[in-house]
Amino acid sequence: MISGFGSAAEPVSRLIEEFHKLPGIGPKSAARLTYHLLRMPENQARSLAEAIVAVKERIVLCSLCQNLTDTDPCAICGSTERDRTMICVVEEPLDILALERTGGYNGLYHVLHGVISPIEGIGPDELKIGELLARLRDGSVAEVILATNPSLEGEATGMYLQRLISPFGLRVTCLARGLPVGGDLEYADEVTLARALEGRRAL
Amino acid sequence: MTAPKIYTTEAIVLKHANFGEADRMLTLYTPNMGKLRAVVRGARRSKSKLGGHVEPVTHCSLVLARGRNLDTVTQSQTIESFLSIRNDLWLTARALYLIELADAFTPEHAENYPVYKLLLDALHGLAKVRREEAASWMQHLMLLRYFELQLLGHVGYQPQLRDCINCRSPIQPVENFFSPSGGGILCPKCAHTEPVVRPISVNALKVMRLLQRGDYATASRLRLVPELSRELERTIQGYVRYLLEREIKATGFLDRLRREGM
Ligand SMILES: [Zn+2]
Ligand SMILES: [Zn+2]
Repeated sequence: MISGFGSAAEPVSRLIEEFHKLPGIGPKSAARLTYHLLRMPENQARSLAEAIVAVKERIVLCSLCQNLTDTDPCAICGSTERDRTMICVVEEPLDILALERTGGYNGLYHVLHGVISPIEGIGPDELKIGELLARLRDGSVAEVILATNPSLEGEATGMYLQRLISPFGLRVTCLARGLPVGGDLEYADEVTLARALEGRRAL
Repeated sequence: MTAPKIYTTEAIVLKHANFGEADRMLTLYTPNMGKLRAVVRGARRSKSKLGGHVEPVTHCSLVLARGRNLDTVTQSQTIESFLSIRNDLWLTARALYLIELADAFTPEHAENYPVYKLLLDALHGLAKVRREEAASWMQHLMLLRYFELQLLGHVGYQPQLRDCINCRSPIQPVENFFSPSGGGILCPKCAHTEPVVRPISVNALKVMRLLQRGDYATASRLRLVPELSRELERTIQGYVRYLLEREIKATGFLDRLRREGM
Protein backbone atom coordinates (compact mmCIF):
# COMPACT_ATOMS: atom_id res chain seq x y z
CA MET A 1 0.00 0.00 0.00
CA ILE A 2 1.43 3.30 -1.13
CA SER A 3 -0.31 5.35 1.54
CA GLY A 4 1.42 3.19 4.17
CA PHE A 5 4.78 4.70 3.23
CA GLY A 6 4.00 7.96 4.91
CA SER A 7 6.35 10.43 3.24
CA ALA A 8 5.81 8.75 -0.16
CA ALA A 9 2.22 9.92 -0.13
CA GLU A 10 3.13 13.56 -0.62
CA PRO A 11 4.56 13.26 -4.20
CA VAL A 12 1.63 11.00 -5.03
CA SER A 13 -0.98 13.50 -3.92
CA ARG A 14 0.96 16.26 -5.65
CA LEU A 15 0.84 14.39 -8.97
CA ILE A 16 -2.88 13.66 -8.53
CA GLU A 17 -3.39 17.35 -7.94
CA GLU A 18 -1.42 18.28 -11.07
CA PHE A 19 -3.43 15.88 -13.24
CA HIS A 20 -6.63 17.23 -11.77
CA LYS A 21 -5.76 20.69 -13.10
CA LEU A 22 -5.84 19.39 -16.69
CA PRO A 23 -8.99 19.87 -18.78
CA GLY A 24 -11.42 16.98 -18.58
CA ILE A 25 -9.62 15.21 -15.73
CA GLY A 26 -11.72 14.70 -12.62
CA PRO A 27 -10.32 13.61 -9.25
CA LYS A 28 -10.93 9.92 -10.00
CA SER A 29 -9.20 9.99 -13.38
CA ALA A 30 -6.34 11.94 -11.82
CA ALA A 31 -5.84 9.24 -9.21
CA ARG A 32 -6.11 6.46 -11.82
CA LEU A 33 -3.46 8.11 -14.02
CA THR A 34 -1.16 8.62 -11.05
CA TYR A 35 -1.34 5.00 -9.97
CA HIS A 36 -0.87 3.91 -13.57
CA LEU A 37 2.35 5.95 -13.70
CA LEU A 38 3.53 4.44 -10.43
CA ARG A 39 3.35 0.98 -11.98
CA MET A 40 5.09 2.09 -15.17
CA PRO A 41 8.75 1.12 -15.89
CA GLU A 42 11.04 3.96 -14.90
CA ASN A 43 12.39 4.63 -18.41
CA GLN A 44 8.86 5.07 -19.74
CA ALA A 45 7.96 7.48 -17.00
CA ARG A 46 11.16 9.42 -17.60
CA SER A 47 10.44 9.64 -21.32
CA LEU A 48 6.97 11.06 -20.58
CA ALA A 49 8.43 13.63 -18.19
CA GLU A 50 11.03 14.65 -20.78
CA ALA A 51 8.37 15.01 -23.46
CA ILE A 52 6.44 17.38 -21.21
CA VAL A 53 9.52 19.48 -20.51
CA ALA A 54 10.45 19.46 -24.22
CA VAL A 55 7.13 20.92 -25.38
CA LYS A 56 7.50 23.72 -22.90
CA GLU A 57 11.14 24.43 -23.74
CA ARG A 58 11.19 23.89 -27.49
CA ILE A 59 7.72 24.95 -28.67
CA VAL A 60 7.37 28.57 -29.72
CA LEU A 61 4.85 30.54 -31.75
CA CYS A 62 5.61 30.73 -35.48
CA SER A 63 6.47 34.35 -36.17
CA LEU A 64 4.26 34.27 -39.29
CA CYS A 65 1.13 32.21 -38.59
CA GLN A 66 1.38 32.17 -34.75
CA ASN A 67 0.87 28.41 -34.69
CA LEU A 68 2.76 26.33 -32.13
CA THR A 69 5.98 25.04 -33.65
CA ASP A 70 9.48 23.79 -32.86
CA THR A 71 10.95 25.56 -35.90
CA ASP A 72 10.41 29.16 -36.92
CA PRO A 73 8.88 29.57 -39.43
CA CYS A 74 6.74 26.48 -38.93
CA ALA A 75 6.62 23.57 -41.37
CA ILE A 76 3.56 24.95 -43.17
CA CYS A 77 4.82 28.54 -43.47
CA GLY A 78 8.25 27.26 -44.55
CA SER A 79 6.90 24.84 -47.16
CA THR A 80 7.37 25.63 -50.86
CA GLU A 81 4.43 23.37 -51.72
CA ARG A 82 1.79 25.55 -50.10
CA ASP A 83 -0.27 28.20 -51.85
CA ARG A 84 1.02 31.44 -50.32
CA THR A 85 -1.81 33.56 -51.71
CA MET A 86 -4.34 32.16 -49.23
CA ILE A 87 -4.56 32.54 -45.47
CA CYS A 88 -7.11 30.63 -43.45
CA VAL A 89 -7.77 32.32 -40.09
CA VAL A 90 -8.61 30.01 -37.18
CA GLU A 91 -9.20 30.43 -33.45
CA GLU A 92 -6.86 27.75 -32.08
CA PRO A 93 -3.91 25.57 -33.18
CA LEU A 94 -6.14 22.48 -32.92
CA ASP A 95 -8.34 23.90 -35.68
CA ILE A 96 -5.37 23.65 -38.06
CA LEU A 97 -5.04 19.95 -37.28
CA ALA A 98 -8.73 19.49 -38.09
CA LEU A 99 -8.45 21.39 -41.38
CA GLU A 100 -5.23 19.59 -42.37
CA ARG A 101 -6.94 16.24 -41.82
CA THR A 102 -9.44 17.13 -44.56
CA GLY A 103 -6.60 17.30 -47.09
CA GLY A 104 -8.71 19.84 -48.94
CA TYR A 105 -6.72 22.97 -48.21
CA ASN A 106 -3.24 23.85 -49.37
CA GLY A 107 -2.89 27.49 -48.33
CA LEU A 108 -1.38 29.07 -45.22
CA TYR A 109 -2.96 29.63 -41.82
CA HIS A 110 -3.17 32.24 -39.12
CA VAL A 111 -4.00 31.41 -35.50
CA LEU A 112 -5.80 34.10 -33.49
CA HIS A 113 -5.36 32.27 -30.16
CA GLY A 114 -8.89 33.02 -29.06
CA VAL A 115 -11.96 34.88 -30.02
CA ILE A 116 -13.41 38.30 -29.26
CA SER A 117 -15.54 37.94 -26.15
CA PRO A 118 -16.72 41.34 -24.91
CA ILE A 119 -18.25 39.93 -21.72
CA GLU A 120 -14.98 38.21 -20.77
CA GLY A 121 -13.11 41.42 -21.56
CA ILE A 122 -11.27 39.76 -24.45
CA GLY A 123 -10.91 42.36 -27.17
CA PRO A 124 -8.98 42.54 -30.45
CA ASP A 125 -5.74 43.43 -28.64
CA GLU A 126 -5.72 40.11 -26.80
CA LEU A 127 -5.69 38.23 -30.11
CA LYS A 128 -3.05 37.90 -32.85
CA ILE A 129 -4.89 40.33 -35.12
CA GLY A 130 -2.09 42.88 -35.58
CA GLU A 131 0.16 40.01 -36.74
CA LEU A 132 -2.46 39.02 -39.31
CA LEU A 133 -2.76 42.54 -40.72
CA ALA A 134 1.03 42.73 -40.95
CA ARG A 135 1.02 39.63 -43.18
CA LEU A 136 -1.47 41.23 -45.55
CA ARG A 137 0.52 44.42 -46.11
CA ASP A 138 2.95 43.19 -48.77
CA GLY A 139 0.11 42.36 -51.16
CA SER A 140 1.09 38.72 -51.79
CA VAL A 141 -2.09 37.38 -50.21
CA ALA A 142 -5.17 37.29 -52.45
CA GLU A 143 -7.72 35.55 -50.24
CA VAL A 144 -8.43 35.39 -46.53
CA ILE A 145 -10.70 32.61 -45.35
CA LEU A 146 -12.34 33.32 -42.00
CA ALA A 147 -12.71 29.96 -40.29
CA THR A 148 -13.69 30.98 -36.79
CA ASN A 149 -16.19 28.71 -35.03
CA PRO A 150 -19.87 29.09 -35.94
CA SER A 151 -20.59 30.45 -32.48
CA LEU A 152 -21.75 33.91 -31.39
CA GLU A 153 -18.21 34.98 -30.48
CA GLY A 154 -16.68 33.29 -33.52
CA GLU A 155 -19.08 35.07 -35.85
CA ALA A 156 -18.57 38.41 -34.12
CA THR A 157 -14.80 37.96 -34.50
CA GLY A 158 -15.30 37.11 -38.17
CA MET A 159 -17.40 40.22 -38.76
CA TYR A 160 -14.84 42.37 -36.99
CA LEU A 161 -11.95 40.93 -39.03
CA GLN A 162 -13.89 41.27 -42.25
CA ARG A 163 -14.23 45.01 -41.64
CA LEU A 164 -10.57 45.37 -40.69
CA ILE A 165 -9.44 43.49 -43.78
CA SER A 166 -11.80 45.07 -46.31
CA PRO A 167 -9.52 48.13 -46.92
CA PHE A 168 -6.87 45.72 -48.28
CA GLY A 169 -9.16 44.91 -51.19
CA LEU A 170 -8.68 41.13 -50.89
CA ARG A 171 -11.17 38.37 -51.40
CA VAL A 172 -12.57 37.60 -47.95
CA THR A 173 -14.56 34.40 -47.58
CA CYS A 174 -15.99 32.40 -44.73
CA LEU A 175 -16.65 28.70 -44.39
CA ALA A 176 -19.96 27.55 -45.80
CA ARG A 177 -22.82 26.74 -43.47
CA GLY A 178 -23.28 23.12 -42.70
CA LEU A 179 -21.11 23.40 -39.66
CA PRO A 180 -23.67 23.25 -36.89
CA VAL A 181 -24.04 26.40 -34.85
CA GLY A 182 -22.39 26.15 -31.46
CA GLY A 183 -19.97 23.36 -32.36
CA ASP A 184 -16.19 23.72 -32.32
CA LEU A 185 -14.22 23.33 -35.56
CA GLU A 186 -11.90 21.08 -33.62
CA TYR A 187 -14.69 18.52 -33.29
CA ALA A 188 -16.15 18.75 -36.80
CA ASP A 189 -15.83 15.60 -38.88
CA GLU A 190 -13.60 15.71 -41.97
CA VAL A 191 -16.41 15.48 -44.53
CA THR A 192 -18.38 18.36 -43.07
CA LEU A 193 -15.24 20.45 -42.77
CA ALA A 194 -14.05 19.68 -46.32
CA ARG A 195 -17.48 20.61 -47.66
CA ALA A 196 -17.46 23.82 -45.66
CA LEU A 197 -14.09 24.71 -47.22
CA GLU A 198 -15.26 23.95 -50.77
CA GLY A 199 -18.46 25.88 -50.37
CA ARG A 200 -16.93 28.95 -48.74
CA ARG A 201 -18.55 32.15 -49.86
CA ALA A 202 -17.43 35.72 -50.32
CA LEU A 203 -18.33 38.22 -47.62
CA MET B 1 -40.46 15.81 -0.33
CA THR B 2 -37.69 15.99 -2.87
CA ALA B 3 -37.80 18.37 -5.82
CA PRO B 4 -38.64 16.70 -9.15
CA LYS B 5 -35.60 15.36 -10.98
CA ILE B 6 -36.63 16.68 -14.37
CA TYR B 7 -37.97 20.15 -14.99
CA THR B 8 -38.78 22.41 -17.93
CA THR B 9 -38.17 26.12 -18.28
CA GLU B 10 -37.83 28.86 -20.80
CA ALA B 11 -34.54 30.71 -20.60
CA ILE B 12 -32.40 33.38 -22.15
CA VAL B 13 -28.82 32.15 -22.49
CA LEU B 14 -26.61 34.83 -20.95
CA LYS B 15 -23.24 33.23 -21.55
CA HIS B 16 -21.38 29.98 -21.93
CA ALA B 17 -17.95 28.76 -20.99
CA ASN B 18 -16.03 25.67 -21.99
CA PHE B 19 -16.22 23.09 -19.28
CA GLY B 20 -14.36 19.81 -19.16
CA GLU B 21 -13.46 17.95 -22.35
CA ALA B 22 -16.32 18.92 -24.67
CA ASP B 23 -18.99 20.30 -22.35
CA ARG B 24 -20.28 23.79 -21.88
CA MET B 25 -21.41 25.56 -18.77
CA LEU B 26 -24.35 27.87 -19.43
CA THR B 27 -25.54 30.84 -17.44
CA LEU B 28 -29.28 31.12 -17.98
CA TYR B 29 -31.90 33.66 -17.05
CA THR B 30 -35.27 32.09 -16.42
CA PRO B 31 -38.73 33.57 -15.75
CA ASN B 32 -39.38 31.74 -12.47
CA MET B 33 -35.99 30.77 -11.06
CA GLY B 34 -33.95 33.83 -11.87
CA LYS B 35 -30.38 33.19 -12.92
CA LEU B 36 -29.01 29.67 -12.88
CA ARG B 37 -26.15 27.65 -14.28
CA ALA B 38 -26.40 24.35 -16.10
CA VAL B 39 -24.13 22.02 -18.06
CA VAL B 40 -24.60 20.85 -21.64
CA ARG B 41 -22.72 17.59 -22.08
CA GLY B 42 -20.82 17.34 -25.38
CA ALA B 43 -22.03 20.76 -26.56
CA ARG B 44 -18.79 21.55 -28.37
CA ARG B 45 -18.95 18.50 -30.57
CA SER B 46 -20.32 19.41 -33.98
CA LYS B 47 -22.69 16.47 -33.86
CA SER B 48 -24.27 17.75 -30.64
CA LYS B 49 -27.99 18.23 -31.05
CA LEU B 50 -28.07 20.59 -28.09
CA GLY B 51 -25.20 22.93 -28.92
CA GLY B 52 -26.81 25.35 -31.35
CA HIS B 53 -29.88 25.97 -29.23
CA VAL B 54 -27.89 27.13 -26.27
CA GLU B 55 -25.69 29.85 -27.73
CA PRO B 56 -25.62 33.16 -25.84
CA VAL B 57 -28.40 35.59 -26.77
CA THR B 58 -30.80 32.73 -27.55
CA HIS B 59 -34.30 32.47 -26.15
CA CYS B 60 -35.00 28.80 -25.72
CA SER B 61 -37.04 26.18 -24.01
CA LEU B 62 -35.07 23.64 -22.00
CA VAL B 63 -35.54 20.38 -20.18
CA LEU B 64 -33.10 20.04 -17.29
CA ALA B 65 -32.16 17.22 -14.99
CA ARG B 66 -31.34 18.14 -11.44
CA GLY B 67 -27.87 17.01 -10.40
CA ARG B 68 -26.09 16.81 -7.10
CA ASN B 69 -24.01 19.89 -7.85
CA LEU B 70 -25.03 21.06 -11.29
CA ASP B 71 -28.15 20.67 -13.37
CA THR B 72 -27.77 19.23 -16.87
CA VAL B 73 -29.59 20.27 -20.01
CA THR B 74 -31.18 17.17 -21.56
CA GLN B 75 -33.30 18.75 -24.30
CA SER B 76 -33.37 22.16 -25.91
CA GLN B 77 -35.48 23.96 -28.43
CA THR B 78 -34.88 27.42 -29.85
CA ILE B 79 -37.74 29.86 -29.48
CA GLU B 80 -35.86 32.82 -30.97
CA SER B 81 -32.24 32.83 -32.11
CA PHE B 82 -32.13 36.61 -32.82
CA LEU B 83 -30.34 36.10 -36.12
CA SER B 84 -30.64 39.76 -37.09
CA ILE B 85 -28.65 40.61 -33.95
CA ARG B 86 -26.06 37.92 -34.63
CA ASN B 87 -25.58 39.07 -38.20
CA ASP B 88 -24.61 42.57 -37.10
CA LEU B 89 -21.43 43.27 -35.16
CA TRP B 90 -22.79 46.37 -33.42
CA LEU B 91 -26.03 44.75 -32.39
CA THR B 92 -24.18 41.68 -31.15
CA ALA B 93 -21.89 43.87 -29.05
CA ARG B 94 -24.91 45.73 -27.67
CA ALA B 95 -26.87 42.59 -26.90
CA LEU B 96 -23.83 41.33 -25.01
CA TYR B 97 -23.73 44.60 -23.11
CA LEU B 98 -27.35 44.16 -21.99
CA ILE B 99 -26.59 40.60 -21.01
CA GLU B 100 -23.51 41.54 -19.04
CA LEU B 101 -25.53 44.13 -17.11
CA ALA B 102 -28.34 41.68 -16.35
CA ASP B 103 -25.75 39.14 -15.24
CA ALA B 104 -23.81 41.60 -13.08
CA PHE B 105 -26.86 42.89 -11.19
CA THR B 106 -28.58 39.60 -10.40
CA PRO B 107 -27.67 36.82 -7.96
CA GLU B 108 -28.24 33.15 -8.78
CA HIS B 109 -31.49 31.43 -7.83
CA ALA B 110 -33.42 34.62 -7.06
CA GLU B 111 -36.62 34.89 -9.06
CA ASN B 112 -37.02 38.28 -10.73
CA TYR B 113 -39.59 38.06 -13.50
CA PRO B 114 -39.42 41.78 -14.41
CA VAL B 115 -35.71 41.41 -15.21
CA TYR B 116 -36.43 38.40 -17.44
CA LYS B 117 -39.21 40.24 -19.25
CA LEU B 118 -37.10 43.39 -19.62
CA LEU B 119 -34.18 41.49 -21.12
CA LEU B 120 -36.37 39.53 -23.51
CA ASP B 121 -38.21 42.67 -24.66
CA ALA B 122 -34.93 44.55 -25.08
CA LEU B 123 -33.46 41.77 -27.26
CA HIS B 124 -36.59 41.78 -29.41
CA GLY B 125 -36.26 45.56 -29.63
CA LEU B 126 -32.62 45.30 -30.74
CA ALA B 127 -33.53 42.66 -33.31
CA LYS B 128 -35.89 45.14 -34.98
CA VAL B 129 -33.22 47.82 -35.40
CA ARG B 130 -32.59 48.73 -39.02
CA ARG B 131 -29.04 49.90 -39.31
CA GLU B 132 -29.61 51.73 -42.59
CA GLU B 133 -32.28 53.93 -41.00
CA ALA B 134 -30.77 56.67 -38.89
CA ALA B 135 -33.97 57.03 -36.84
CA SER B 136 -34.03 53.35 -36.02
CA TRP B 137 -30.35 53.51 -35.11
CA MET B 138 -30.90 56.43 -32.69
CA GLN B 139 -33.94 54.76 -31.24
CA HIS B 140 -31.96 51.73 -30.20
CA LEU B 141 -29.62 53.92 -28.16
CA MET B 142 -32.73 54.98 -26.26
CA LEU B 143 -33.54 51.31 -25.83
CA LEU B 144 -30.18 50.79 -24.09
CA ARG B 145 -30.81 53.70 -21.71
CA TYR B 146 -34.33 52.42 -21.04
CA PHE B 147 -32.91 49.00 -20.25
CA GLU B 148 -30.29 50.41 -17.87
CA LEU B 149 -32.73 52.53 -15.88
CA GLN B 150 -35.44 49.88 -15.73
CA LEU B 151 -32.93 47.22 -14.70
CA LEU B 152 -31.61 49.45 -11.91
CA GLY B 153 -35.19 49.87 -10.68
CA HIS B 154 -35.90 46.12 -10.74
CA VAL B 155 -32.78 45.27 -8.72
CA GLY B 156 -33.22 47.95 -6.06
CA TYR B 157 -30.97 50.74 -7.29
CA GLN B 158 -33.56 53.09 -8.76
CA PRO B 159 -31.96 56.55 -8.85
CA GLN B 160 -33.91 59.34 -7.14
CA LEU B 161 -34.75 61.85 -9.89
CA ARG B 162 -37.62 63.93 -8.42
CA ASP B 163 -36.37 65.53 -5.22
CA CYS B 164 -32.91 66.55 -4.11
CA ILE B 165 -31.37 63.61 -2.27
CA ASN B 166 -29.96 65.97 0.36
CA CYS B 167 -32.50 68.73 1.13
CA ARG B 168 -35.56 66.89 -0.28
CA SER B 169 -36.79 69.96 -2.14
CA PRO B 170 -38.30 69.36 -5.60
CA ILE B 171 -35.75 69.61 -8.40
CA GLN B 172 -36.08 72.80 -10.45
CA PRO B 173 -35.64 73.01 -14.25
CA VAL B 174 -32.07 74.33 -14.06
CA GLU B 175 -28.74 72.56 -14.35
CA ASN B 176 -28.59 70.12 -11.42
CA PHE B 177 -26.08 67.46 -10.38
CA PHE B 178 -26.09 63.67 -10.40
CA SER B 179 -24.36 61.86 -7.57
CA PRO B 180 -23.51 58.18 -8.13
CA SER B 181 -22.69 57.63 -4.44
CA GLY B 182 -25.93 59.34 -3.34
CA GLY B 183 -27.94 57.50 -5.99
CA GLY B 184 -29.77 60.54 -7.31
CA ILE B 185 -30.01 64.24 -8.07
CA LEU B 186 -28.61 67.05 -5.96
CA CYS B 187 -29.90 70.60 -6.34
CA PRO B 188 -27.27 73.31 -7.09
CA LYS B 189 -27.21 74.37 -3.41
CA CYS B 190 -26.46 70.81 -2.21
CA ALA B 191 -24.02 69.81 -4.95
CA HIS B 192 -21.07 70.15 -2.53
CA THR B 193 -22.50 67.53 -0.11
CA GLU B 194 -21.26 64.54 -2.12
CA PRO B 195 -17.61 64.04 -3.13
CA VAL B 196 -18.23 63.17 -6.80
CA VAL B 197 -21.02 64.78 -8.79
CA ARG B 198 -21.55 65.45 -12.45
CA PRO B 199 -23.70 68.23 -13.88
CA ILE B 200 -26.89 67.07 -15.54
CA SER B 201 -28.89 69.13 -18.04
CA VAL B 202 -32.63 69.78 -17.79
CA ASN B 203 -33.25 67.72 -20.93
CA ALA B 204 -31.20 64.74 -19.81
CA LEU B 205 -33.06 64.66 -16.51
CA LYS B 206 -36.40 64.81 -18.33
CA VAL B 207 -35.52 61.88 -20.54
CA MET B 208 -34.26 59.86 -17.58
CA ARG B 209 -37.55 60.43 -15.75
CA LEU B 210 -39.53 59.32 -18.80
CA LEU B 211 -37.45 56.17 -19.13
CA GLN B 212 -37.63 55.45 -15.42
CA ARG B 213 -41.45 55.77 -15.49
CA GLY B 214 -41.37 53.03 -18.09
CA ASP B 215 -42.70 55.27 -20.80
CA TYR B 216 -40.56 53.76 -23.55
CA ALA B 217 -43.17 54.52 -26.22
CA THR B 218 -42.90 58.27 -25.60
CA ALA B 219 -39.17 58.25 -24.98
CA SER B 220 -38.43 56.30 -28.15
CA ARG B 221 -40.19 58.95 -30.23
CA LEU B 222 -37.90 61.70 -28.93
CA ARG B 223 -35.19 62.81 -31.31
CA LEU B 224 -32.05 63.28 -29.28
CA VAL B 225 -29.12 65.34 -30.47
CA PRO B 226 -25.88 63.32 -30.18
CA GLU B 227 -24.59 65.45 -27.24
CA LEU B 228 -27.69 64.67 -25.19
CA SER B 229 -27.45 61.01 -26.08
CA ARG B 230 -23.82 60.97 -24.89
CA GLU B 231 -24.71 62.84 -21.69
CA LEU B 232 -27.35 60.24 -20.83
CA GLU B 233 -24.97 57.42 -21.58
CA ARG B 234 -22.18 58.86 -19.42
CA THR B 235 -24.45 59.72 -16.51
CA ILE B 236 -26.15 56.34 -16.31
CA GLN B 237 -23.02 54.30 -17.00
CA GLY B 238 -21.13 56.32 -14.39
CA TYR B 239 -23.76 55.29 -11.85
CA VAL B 240 -23.59 51.64 -13.00
CA ARG B 241 -19.80 51.63 -12.68
CA TYR B 242 -20.06 53.06 -9.19
CA LEU B 243 -22.54 50.35 -8.14
CA LEU B 244 -20.58 47.47 -9.65
CA GLU B 245 -17.22 48.89 -8.59
CA ARG B 246 -15.88 47.91 -11.99
CA GLU B 247 -16.07 48.63 -15.69
CA ILE B 248 -18.74 46.91 -17.73
CA LYS B 249 -16.46 44.89 -19.95
CA ALA B 250 -18.67 44.99 -23.04
CA THR B 251 -18.38 48.79 -23.15
CA GLY B 252 -14.67 48.39 -23.89
CA PHE B 253 -15.49 46.66 -27.15
CA LEU B 254 -18.31 49.10 -27.96
CA ASP B 255 -15.95 52.07 -27.44
CA ARG B 256 -13.43 50.37 -29.66
CA LEU B 257 -15.94 49.85 -32.48
CA ARG B 258 -16.91 53.49 -32.17
CA ARG B 259 -13.26 54.62 -32.23
CA GLU B 260 -12.44 52.53 -35.26
CA GLY B 261 -15.51 53.86 -37.05
CA MET B 262 -16.94 50.41 -37.67
ZN1 LIG C 1 3.71 29.33 -39.45
ZN1 LIG D 1 -30.79 70.18 -2.21
